[in-house]
Amino acid sequence: MADENRKIAFICSKGDLDMAYPALVMGWAALGNGIDVTIFFTFWGMDMIRKTRQDHLEIAPVANTAMKMSMMGLKGADNLGIPNFLGALPGMTAFATKLMKDKMKALGVPPVSEYIQMLVDGGAKLYACKMSVDMMGLKKEDFVDGVIDIVTAGDFMDMTEGAQIIFI
Amino acid sequence: MATRTIAGKTVEVNDEGFLTRPEEWTKEIAIELAKEEGIPELTEAHWKVIEFCRQDAGATGKAPTLRRITTAAGVSTKDMFALFPKGPAKKVARISGLGKPEGCV
Repeated sequence: MADENRKIAFICSKGDLDMAYPALVMGWAALGNGIDVTIFFTFWGMDMIRKTRQDHLEIAPVANTAMKMSMMGLKGADNLGIPNFLGALPGMTAFATKLMKDKMKALGVPPVSEYIQMLVDGGAKLYACKMSVDMMGLKKEDFVDGVIDIVTAGDFMDMTEGAQIIFI
Repeated sequence: MATRTIAGKTVEVNDEGFLTRPEEWTKEIAIELAKEEGIPELTEAHWKVIEFCRQDAGATGKAPTLRRITTAAGVSTKDMFALFPKGPAKKVARISGLGKPEGCV
C-alpha cells in the first residue's frame, strides 16, 4: 500500500454504440482491481455522457467491413458481407443496433447510462472536453450527474500525470 | 497446492492467497483476511455481503462479480466501494473464502 496507486485514463472520442463499450468495460475492470480511473470525453465520445444521447447510441452496418451476415443471424456466413447498399436502406442502422443491444442484454451487460453510473459510483472521475463542448454549443447541464467538470486538454494532462492513457 | 495457517486453522490457498476449499472457511478466518485487505473491523454491513457471497457461490459454484452482488444482494455500488475499498468483488471473495470472481461486469 506504500507505493502510489496505479492510474488509468481513457479518452473516449467515439459516439458509436460499439465504440462506447471498451472504456466502460475496461474502466469497470480497473476499478475492480483497485486502479484509479479518469475518463475524458471528447468529440462524439461526449454522447456517452449526454443525457439526451447516451441511451440512443447506434451501430451502422455501412462501411463496417467486419460486420458479416453471421452477426445478423445467418448461420455460418462468417465471410459473407452485408452489401453497403443494403446497409444504407432505411432502418438498417436501427436493426443492427437492436441486434447488438439484445446480445448485450442477454449477456447481462448494462446499457451505457447504467454503466456510466456504475463507474461514477465506483469512484471514476469523468470530464468533458472544453473545445468539443464549445464547438457543439453544449453546457454542463447537458451532461449526466457525475461528470465533474468541463476541462481543457492541458487540464487533462495535469490530472493524468503518471497515468496510463488509452485513446478510444 | 500451498497451505497456510489463518486464525489457528490450516487451510489450502492458491498463489494469490484465495482459499481453494470454501468449506475450510470460518468466520475467524474472514476476520483475519479482512485485516490483510485493510479492513480492520467487519461490521454488520460487511457480514451481510459476505453471507450473500457464500450463499451465491454455494448455489452457482463461483464467486459473484460486483454487478451480481449489487443487483442480487441489494447493496449499492457506492456502498460496496465504501465497505471494501479498491476492488470490492475481489476483496470480498477472498475474505469469504471463495475463488477470484470471473466475468467482465
